[in-house]
Amino acid sequence: MEENRILAEDKKEYTTLNLGPTHPATHGIFQNVLTMDGEIIVDSEQTVGYIHRAFEKIAEHRPYYQITPLTDRLNYCSSPINNMGWHMTVEKLLGVQTPKRVDYMRVIIMELARIADHLVCNSVIGVDTGALTGFTYVFQWREKIYDIYESICGARLTTNIGRIGGMERDFTPEVIASIRSFLKEFPAVFDEFCRLLERNRIFMDRIVGTGAISAERALNYGFTGPNLRAAGVDYDVRVMNPYSSYQDFDFIIPVGTNGDTYDRFMVRQEEIRQSLRIIEQALNNLPEGKFFADVPEFFLPPKEEVYNNMEALIWHFKIVMGETDVPVGEVYHSVEGGNGELGYYLISDGGRAPFRLHFRRPCFIYYQAFPEMIKGSTLSDAIVVMSSMNVIAGELDA
Amino acid sequence: MAQLSNGHLLNAIQDKFGNAILGAEEPNGLLTLNVNPEKLLELVRFLYNHEEFRFQFLTDICGAHFPDQKGAELASIYHLHSLENNIRIRIKCFLSADHPFVDSLTPLFAAANWQERETFDFYGIIFNGHPNLKRILNVDEMDYHPLRKEYPLEDQTRTDKNDSYFGR
Repeated sequence: MEENRILAEDKKEYTTLNLGPTHPATHGIFQNVLTMDGEIIVDSEQTVGYIHRAFEKIAEHRPYYQITPLTDRLNYCSSPINNMGWHMTVEKLLGVQTPKRVDYMRVIIMELARIADHLVCNSVIGVDTGALTGFTYVFQWREKIYDIYESICGARLTTNIGRIGGMERDFTPEVIASIRSFLKEFPAVFDEFCRLLERNRIFMDRIVGTGAISAERALNYGFTGPNLRAAGVDYDVRVMNPYSSYQDFDFIIPVGTNGDTYDRFMVRQEEIRQSLRIIEQALNNLPEGKFFADVPEFFLPPKEEVYNNMEALIWHFKIVMGETDVPVGEVYHSVEGGNGELGYYLISDGGRAPFRLHFRRPCFIYYQAFPEMIKGSTLSDAIVVMSSMNVIAGELDA
Repeated sequence: MAQLSNGHLLNAIQDKFGNAILGAEEPNGLLTLNVNPEKLLELVRFLYNHEEFRFQFLTDICGAHFPDQKGAELASIYHLHSLENNIRIRIKCFLSADHPFVDSLTPLFAAANWQERETFDFYGIIFNGHPNLKRILNVDEMDYHPLRKEYPLEDQTRTDKNDSYFGR
């Protein structure tokens, strides 16, 4: 194929290789057009947008509570974090103060979601280096996290969990018991996963030093989350701008030194352990009180009241029909998602739907560093670097 | 180190840029500046290199469309973050729809590349000096900028959805 070969200035012939759009090793729909010199990547260009669903346009036409299901579909490995981030953004705009119990319940769910997200990412790094065992082993435990979501809100993957102003219902004793049993049983399983990979000679030879990025470059590229921390910058939204009472908990922000695939893997491993600590603290100190704030305009009244009380019936109708106007305002709120700083920039002109809603999607911003990170490495390394960056197609394309 | 305040930041910027700052407000505690688009790059470079402020992290770039503001229909909105001081700033540049040009931030931030492409894709704002300004999420063949307010969400010829039933 003559036209597929680029004649470079040095008279060397390069091969163009299309990795994707659908390639089993890229875990999502991304196209990478690689310029290869033998097995070495000389240059690459990405095409994104294959699953673009125009969420920002749709959001301009939906009442606020109907935007939560859209956020589910951003980073679908940790939907609850996206949902909570959106609820908190609207609460910030409305000036609503949530009770401590709501904050703690949210922290528990968000940290469970972080564990699920990191488990997927780290076990898939194992898969891409040929270690399928760890993946099948920890995926069972991701299922248990999904069971907990299910008992809280009835859904598993795209959760639509919680409401603007609080949680839709209180934790039942069964939910508490299942979280407790997860906290009790998961660490032993996770230790085995760690023993399988963390100091595994073959695994380390494969990923130490691949896809490294310096702290300066990472910051310049707008990296956030585990990828930035692996490069040695201790920026975590949970600590820098605490939301949902994160300041009440004692936890450590792990940082790496080289910003390579191994550091990204290890940072996520440690974050899983820290998330377990946070959940334990939140569960032990779960305050008594209401599980929702006093916002009748947004928080659905209990069903019994809707049937027997005129005021509750009116609120119920107005909320479901999305007829509640939101005050004029402008707000940026960010949470620490599975991949980094997930931001919501909302402009309200006082109507029932946002005037403008922009999602700051961490994947979208750091994926542009991919060509720089894989330049000079082999194709097989590029695959592992991509999994370790945890690029989620739903978040990338919004 | 004393916490850097919005007031101190605003004074320093106004001393340096004066009439390039067309407005300043503080919605939800976040200093928001309305800046003359011609001075944007200079202002961001000043904030980036300033030894105290050090706004060296570009959080976000997005666009917005205000069809009712004649002559300033489009906005390019930037969120910068000074990680050392833990303070954020929002900068808005209003542009007319006939002349939507603003300087690219790619000389300072590699992160600006795709975000500016996204803003161009959805709003048609042209970033001067951008190395590769083409569509990113939409198909290359598209000949309009879909997040502008004049484009409706759905096909307007549909008759099965009638908003008047819902009092809208």
